[in-house]
Amino acid sequence: MMESVLETPLYDTHVEMGGRMVEFAGWSMPVQFAGITEEHIHTRTACSVFDVSHMGRLKLTGDDCESFLNRLCTRNLSGADVGRSYYTHMCREDGGVLDDLIVSRFELHWGIVCNGINRVKIITWLSKHNPKTDVTIKDETLSTAMLAIQGPKTLELAQELVDTDLSSIKRYRFKTFELMGIPITIYRSGYTGEDGFEVVIPSGVVKMLVPRLLGTKEQPHPVIKPAGLGARDTLRIEAAMPLYGHELSEEIDSLTAGQDWCVDLTKDFIGAEPMRKLKEQGLPRRLVGLRLEGRRIARQHYKVYGDSREVGEITSGTLSPTLGVSIAMAFVAGEFVEEGTELGVEIGSKRVAATVVKLPFYKRPK
Amino acid sequence: MNVPTDRKYTETHEWFLPNDDTVTMGITQYAADELTDITYVELPEVGTTVKVGDQIGEVESVKATSDINTAVGGEVVEVNTALVDHPELINDDAFDDGWMIKIRPDSTEPLTALLDAKEYTSFVQDAV
Repeated sequence: MMESVLETPLYDTHVEMGGRMVEFAGWSMPVQFAGITEEHIHTRTACSVFDVSHMGRLKLTGDDCESFLNRLCTRNLSGADVGRSYYTHMCREDGGVLDDLIVSRFELHWGIVCNGINRVKIITWLSKHNPKTDVTIKDETLSTAMLAIQGPKTLELAQELVDTDLSSIKRYRFKTFELMGIPITIYRSGYTGEDGFEVVIPSGVVKMLVPRLLGTKEQPHPVIKPAGLGARDTLRIEAAMPLYGHELSEEIDSLTAGQDWCVDLTKDFIGAEPMRKLKEQGLPRRLVGLRLEGRRIARQHYKVYGDSREVGEITSGTLSPTLGVSIAMAFVAGEFVEEGTELGVEIGSKRVAATVVKLPFYKRPK
Repeated sequence: MNVPTDRKYTETHEWFLPNDDTVTMGITQYAADELTDITYVELPEVGTTVKVGDQIGEVESVKATSDINTAVGGEVVEVNTALVDHPELINDDAFDDGWMIKIRPDSTEPLTALLDAKEYTSFVQDAV
């Protein structure tokens, strides 16, 4: 028997706004509204709202939180600043990535945002490792909702809705305050490569907030528009942000995935030892960016060839709406990772020429 | 759901419209909507001979790649070359501007076994 599919508090709103609902990570989520490419471009040029309530939201309390999380996370969280968020991985003993998550240090507790698909796994992992600590873990995924408001016009438009000075919330910082008596936490972060905010509010009131953001079906907001998971995926690919199940998995370590910036090998954490060894020996394969000839899309698991032999595998690919070219990420053997290396990708019965390019594919203008 | 009554349908969402001596084929609006933004179309060359059930091309969207199969055999006599540069024509109008190829059929007999508009509509609605 399949478990029943979860609905976010905004399910009805999505359907009313013309969202096409699909199942993702056990949730019924909108894959698109106006169209993936249109929503993508709109996010790059204006402002889009994504329902990301399917992401896991956990609250950890207890004096031991810092040392507990520091032992489980690749990032060094010792001395973490209150009001700051940290992108990190959590790994198995062998270095395989269990999930990538955002850990946030509040004044009296810690928050974790993890992938929807890994929520139960992470809760289980955390519980398994804390018998000797005073840490308590509360799953707040269903009692809260989360929206990502993304795009170059976000700051200006979101500021019209709240009194709190949003520009004072710097990148990877957050603030909790009351909006119409409702507790709201606003993070300056996102998964699109654009400036923006991620907002967490109690699930019971999110429907009240949405018309203020998006307007109504009859009177939609002229600039802020809804966007779905389809555009979220093409946006994150252009920004070369990893997606769990594609660039990250239990079979891949953080270094191979090219995320060494969030790994502190000078501290002890679960999975550190094998990664230290790997670093010493040199990585047999690495994540690279590819630019393909033509309009065809390289999809996950498509084979990558170099010197007429198989040297790797595609993790994600799309026809970049911003650049107008076919782009992909792939794990390839160490000798083929240099920028400019000519490779081939097997698409159907054809071999399509591809060149190794620098990641990310897209960087927002400062 | 808009499903023209002048043509026949397969359960794999291709449509076939008999003309004087050719059959025009394409994919349904439902299929185009499900695929989301179509980014690439591969079609056979004019003069290709195809058999019933042959794969005649592929459509690729941001989300997925799908094979296109023909339900009639014959010779490909015309290809919608506009789709090469504008594959989005299929999303815009799958039943008209988004047509894919015209086949001069060996026989139109196989079409009689396909779904009519009403049957296709209920097939799609049952699938949802």
